[in-house]
This record gives sequence, C-alpha cells and structure tokens, in this order.
Amino acid sequence: MSKVKPNYARSLDLKNGRVDMSHGSGGRAMAQLISELFAAEFDNEYLAQGNDGAVLPSANGRLVVAIDSHVVSPLFFAGGDIGCLSVHGTINDVAVMGAKPLYLAASFILEEGFPLADLKRIVESMAKASREAGVPIVTGDTKVVERGKGDGVFITTTGVGFAREDIILSGDLAQPGDKILLSGTIGDHGMAILSQREGLTFSAPIVSDTAALHGLIATMLNSGAKLHVLRDPTRGGLATTLNEIAKQSGVGMMLHESAIAVNQPVEAACEFLGLDPLYVANEGKLIAICAQEDAENLLAVMRAHPLAREASIIGEVMEDTHGFVQMTTRLGGRRVVDWLAGEQLPRIC
Amino acid sequence: MKYVDEFRDGELAKNIASNIVREAEPQNIYRLMEFCGGHTHAISRYGLADLLPANVRMIHGPGCPVCVLPIGRVDQAIRLAREHGVILCTYADTLRVPASDNLSLMRAKANGADVRMIYSTQDALKTARENPDREVVFLAIGFETTTPPTAVAVKQAAAEGIKNFSILCDHVLTPAAMHAILAVEGGVQLDGFVGPAHVSTVIGSKPYEPFADDYGKPVVIAGFEPLDVMQAILMLVRQVNDGRAEVENEFIRAVTREGNLKAQALVAEIFEVRDVFEWRGLGSVPNSALKLRPEYAAFDAELKFKVDYVTVPDNKACECAAILRGQKRPQECKIFGTVCTPENPVGSCMVSSEGACAAHYSYGRFRETA
Repeated sequence: MSKVKPNYARSLDLKNGRVDMSHGSGGRAMAQLISELFAAEFDNEYLAQGNDGAVLPSANGRLVVAIDSHVVSPLFFAGGDIGCLSVHGTINDVAVMGAKPLYLAASFILEEGFPLADLKRIVESMAKASREAGVPIVTGDTKVVERGKGDGVFITTTGVGFAREDIILSGDLAQPGDKILLSGTIGDHGMAILSQREGLTFSAPIVSDTAALHGLIATMLNSGAKLHVLRDPTRGGLATTLNEIAKQSGVGMMLHESAIAVNQPVEAACEFLGLDPLYVANEGKLIAICAQEDAENLLAVMRAHPLAREASIIGEVMEDTHGFVQMTTRLGGRRVVDWLAGEQLPRIC
Repeated sequence: MKYVDEFRDGELAKNIASNIVREAEPQNIYRLMEFCGGHTHAISRYGLADLLPANVRMIHGPGCPVCVLPIGRVDQAIRLAREHGVILCTYADTLRVPASDNLSLMRAKANGADVRMIYSTQDALKTARENPDREVVFLAIGFETTTPPTAVAVKQAAAEGIKNFSILCDHVLTPAAMHAILAVEGGVQLDGFVGPAHVSTVIGSKPYEPFADDYGKPVVIAGFEPLDVMQAILMLVRQVNDGRAEVENEFIRAVTREGNLKAQALVAEIFEVRDVFEWRGLGSVPNSALKLRPEYAAFDAELKFKVDYVTVPDNKACECAAILRGQKRPQECKIFGTVCTPENPVGSCMVSSEGACAAHYSYGRFRETA
C-alpha cells in the first residue's frame, strides 16, 4: 500500500513562519491561512458558510453601515493592538449612530515577510474583542503586497447594525441650550501610541482606552434622555469632533476647561511633547449632546456604566453663526478651541 | 499635575488680576511686549487678555523661532533636500514654514524630498549613524534654548567621527533682536518687556541689563505658565508706576543672573557670532546669530554643500514683518484669516502655535466677531 497521504497538508508554521506572496494568491496556501487562522479564530456560523459573502438573517429597523481602516503604528501598544482596535473602532462608529452593531466584515492587507506569529496574535485579539462585544466577524478578505509596499498589516473593518425607527441621532441635530457630555478622560489612546513610538516611559504607563462602547450607548439610549448627537472623538480628538458637530449643526459651543478630565501621565506626556490633549485621539470615549433638562439624568446613567465612570458635563451648545467652539479656561479667560491645524500625530489608528 | 497645576490656578490668577486692575493707573497706557512666543501662546491659550484692564496692552514680540526664519533660509534647506539628496531633519513647526515657489519642507517631502521630523538633535545623529551611505543635515533653528543641544550633537559627531552629519545653522540671539526692536526708527512704543523664560535659563538675566540701564525699559523675566505671566505683568505695572527700569526675575525657580555657565561654555566652544544675519521682520541684524567655528567647518552644511543664502522678499500682502516688530497686530493684516490661515499659511507668524497670527487665529478670533 502506498505511503502517500493524498490529502495531507502540513499545518501552517504559526511560530516561525512568515507571510509570503502565495498567501494572497488564491491558491492552497491562501485557503490554508484562512482556514487554520482566520476561520479557526473567528469561528461562527456565517463565516462557516464559506462563501464569498455572508447571508444574514433579516432584521427590523434602519440599517446602519460604517467602515474604518486601521494603519496604526506600532501594531501592538499598551492597552491593545491593531486587532482589537479594528473591532472596537467600527463597532463604535455603528453604535454612535444609535444602532445595535450586529456583524463585522474584515479585510487584511498583509505585507510579504510579516511574521505569522504576530498575525496570529492580532487575529486572536480581534476574535476576543469580537466575542466579548457579541459582534461576529462574518466575512473577510486577505491580500498580500510585496515587501516594502505595506507596513506589516493594515486592517479594514465594516460594521453593520440596526437602529430602532424612533432613534434619530445625527451630527446636525445639536441645538442651542443642549448640554455636552463626555464619557471620561481624553488623550489616552493617542499618547499611549506616541509615548511607545517615541520610547517615552512614565512611572505609570499610558494605556490606550480602546473599548467597544455599544453597551454603554445602549444604556444611554434606554435612559429616556432626548439624545441629539453621539460621536466618538477619535482622530483629531475632542476639539476636532466638537468642531465637526458645531459646523454640521450650525451652532457654537462653550466648553469649561475644568470639567474636562485628563489622566496625569497623559497630561505630563502632552506637556513634555508640546501637545494639547484636546486634539489627541481617543478610542473608547464618546461625546453625547442632549436636551438640557435630561443632562443630569443622562450623566447619572453614564456614570453607572464601567466605561463612563468619569463622565461629566463639559459645556453647552449656543447660538453662533460663526460656529465657534469656545472654552472658559481654568484661569477664567475665554478662548477659541479651533480645528486641528495640520497633522498632530500620524497613524494613531 | 504637580509642579504645573500650581502655576495654572484660577483663584490665584484672579487675585493677581485684581491687583493689576487696582494698581494700573487709569490715565496710563501700559504697552508691554512679551518677547517670547511661549508667552504669546500662554496669553492666548489661557485667555489672559480677559483678565487684564483695557489700558494694559500686550504686544507680541518676535520670539518664535520659525517666525523669524526668512524665506531664503527655508529655501536653502529645501535645496539641500532636493538637489543634494540629503536626509533633512528638523523640528516639526519648521516643516510648514512657507518658502519660495509655493513650497514648504512638508510639500517638498510630499514631492519626494527626504525630510524627517525629529524631536531632538539626538534623533538626527541617530539617523546619521543608521544611514552611513547618506548625508544627513539637521536644520538647526531657535534661540539660545535650542542651541546647546545642537552644540552637543556637533561635539558628539566630531568625537565619534561621524562624517555624514552636518547642520544648517540658523540659531539666533535674543538680546540682539530686542536691540533691533528698540532701534527701529519710529518703531513700536514700549513701556516694558516680559523677558524670556527658557532662553534666560541659559543666558541668565544679565544680558537684559542694557535694556533697563540704556533704554530705560523695565524687564521682568517670567516663566511660561499663565500665573508667571500675570505676576510679571503686575511687576511691570509696578515698575512703570514707580518710574523704575530694572531687570527683575519672576522666574527665580529656573533663572539666575549668570545663567547656565556650562551650556554657555559649550555653545562658545562650538559656535561663534555671525557678523550679520537676516531676520524676517527685523531685516539684517548685526551680531544676531551663530555659525560654527572654523574648527567645526566640516559640520557646516552651508560650506559642505555650497548652498548660499539668497534673500527672498516676503509676500507683499503679508504683514509678518510689522507684526514681528510689534508695530501691527495680526488682525490688522489684510489677509489674516482669509488668504492666510494655519492650514495655508502665507506668513511665518501663522505657522507655529507660538506665532502671533496663529495664536490669535486659533484662540482669540472670537474677539473679532463682537
């Protein structure tokens, strides 16, 4: 009898192996990478269909779709990595539209030579984040680019969710008199990335705040508060996000510097590098704008959730044809909180 | 945050402000120039103008390193990167300073020049060590604060025998610029200076004594925190009221009369004073900048690559020159906030957050709506 095993394939060397061009060629090597790594980790009934796309059950409500690319450098940082970040970021983009995130799709662009062990860590982290959030990755794609044409791995995720018909959130719905709430400290993600990139060390390390916010958002939506706008202040930080909303809604804002919390190591790192935490990215925080009369109630609901213990009311929406976001400073003066000019920190998410 | 929050205390600021309001004599106008961009930034960032009475006016000075860099100096750096293929390293703000042909270092980078942003001169040295087959040039800008780190890098490069490293030296001197401002014919009327913070930690308070003794202008050296600035303003108001002109030091936690002698010695070992240097706004100012000493000529990119400085006139509509001399305010420039914004700066004062125009645009332009 022949000793040949006609269907044997040696399993992927996830310890010492590296991505090569064949992993994106559509052949057996690609099929193996998908089945032994992606499908094994993300394992769910929709992905198991093994088709070009996932067929999903019908659902009620308005469909919300969001997409986010992730090119963060370094890939692994204190508090997370590109894997969990790519899950949290897209879930949050769907959730701040008032939708319950249900499914994710993920696209990987891998650079030739990227260690499979690192890819495994990233995929495991994605799978864990997706399981914890209860939002499965139901379809995906993998491409490989030649060495030098990428930077290890880029991940694009698309999220799908459904919003109740009665929930209408939009950046153009902020009204004069509304209160502006913030779910916690600012600048943690951006400074975690930057301090690691620049080799800055502090007695207390700066940890990214990357987190999926849909649970917090669900409790806020169920609180009965009249929410007008929800948004996560990622790139460009709190200042940029508020300027976007002010522009969309055609209103001004007055913030109160003393109400905006910054963790001490983040403040120290910003001080050291000459950065303003108002412009530094967050990946686990949200801004809520709601009717004035509901603000205290909403604040209490937020503070009862583990991801918003340090929530506070940071300011008010005002009438202003110029659309200025302003701030009363800790010193008692007044100033504009402008759009970010140029680029403060590249590749933070 | 300890050692910082103490200097940003709102209650203390109010106390100092009420003293200023009480002591500033209503019939007087107090025209005070904060020389440094760091002070300009603190004043704008914390809205300190709101705490001052109308007759205490702050005039922004030229102490912003990228603001005083003339177009020709940026052109020189761009030529090095584009025509000589060097790796051009510099501090972040410098990347956005407008140069000739609608270029900046950042745009040159987008067009393929190898321009790299660094945080410290050590990063530039590291780049040179890691790229032994490339020439690495550090565009060295700044006042006396940034000069010692450049001196350290040059000295290290000499000691290690690093042959592919050189600097384009645009280091400038604060007292010379202050002289230039006071010497301008029909120039700005000033009743006193808020003196530099970090610069003074290096050079000490002594170099400002001629401004008090010869020009009769009070100088109060102040830290960059908002309470430092408020306290210095109060001290200046008191000097004016008393008819005194002295160099006083509010920043005693960091500044002595003699300054940092070790840093001064190091700078003197590596650099010598240029006969003349062209500033944006102040024009050609004698003895106002530094160049490498002949024994370090091998590290002088101007000599190494034979890139001469060519004077380039500023954009005609741009008022940076008058603003840097304290003769105009940013909002008096016709293109402020329209043609010239932080996204598309025409003049250098719109580039750095320490620049008078950028500070007013970013923090204070709500005042123009009233």
